[in-house]
Amino acid sequence: MKFGVIRFPGSNCDQDAFYTIRDVLGQPVEYVWHEDVSVKGYDCLVLPGGFSYGDYLRTGAIARFSPVMEAVRAHAEKGRFVLGICNGFQILCEAHLLPGALVRNRGLKFVCRQVHLRVENAGTPWTCKAREGQVLRMPLAHGEGCYVAEPEVLEELNRERRALFRYCDAWGQVTDEANPNGSLENIAGIANRGFNVLGMMPHPERASEKVLGSADGRILFESIVRTLQAV
Amino acid sequence: MPRVKVYVTLKPTLLDAQGRVVQNALHNLGYRDVEQVRIGKYIEMDVAAGPDLERSVNEMCERLLANPVIENYRFEVEP
Repeated sequence: MKFGVIRFPGSNCDQDAFYTIRDVLGQPVEYVWHEDVSVKGYDCLVLPGGFSYGDYLRTGAIARFSPVMEAVRAHAEKGRFVLGICNGFQILCEAHLLPGALVRNRGLKFVCRQVHLRVENAGTPWTCKAREGQVLRMPLAHGEGCYVAEPEVLEELNRERRALFRYCDAWGQVTDEANPNGSLENIAGIANRGFNVLGMMPHPERASEKVLGSADGRILFESIVRTLQAV
Repeated sequence: MPRVKVYVTLKPTLLDAQGRVVQNALHNLGYRDVEQVRIGKYIEMDVAAGPDLERSVNEMCERLLANPVIENYRFEVEP
């Protein structure tokens, strides 16, 4: 099993993801440069948070054309795993590996705080160690995290149970007050049809140890490790 | 060399949070007849003339300059 953390110019959560995988989970991991054209040998690729290319034009719009992204697409098409966190989620949407888009937060503020997420589907490679309805606490830090999609796309996401996480309050109630950025139906993270690609705005890699305020993000990484061990 | 002017706007179905704030600011300045403000992007490019210019600019908009999931675009070419 090997993880790869992709570094784009302007990535800034790459070391947090790397640390979580290597030091907290004890799994092999390497950095992958955005100019690399091969991702051979990696089972799970992580597109970390940050501000790739200074968020110029639109978040993720330039990074999506990085040389490595062709290899990421091929990797995903083979059913291999890809996790996009925050800016990584924005890049995956721009690359059309995930549907919809992330726009400026309702309220315009850059939101940086702990949020609660409800696990909506525990039968996926990313959530198999969680309970359905479990409330996870992890931080969020973004200016453009308001998830939008066409009504048909939203309907499909709901029908196929691909909205894996929704913003909720501490008791698991999905309310408008618990929605930090105005995302449609409080969506915080979605998977593709095959559930091998996941994008989410909150940061599980920044919630991997109690000393960081929460270790709930580990559930997600432990889930994917269990999935890969079973393959 | 032809100058291409591209206008990118958020689709009308999406809430333009920035536009809403600017509209409120205009109201506060007394311009109460402003009923809607939408903020977009304006991109100017100098592109070598060629028979495929319009098709090529259209492709640039579809692939990079706009995100067709959330934005509309139009452009003008000044010879």
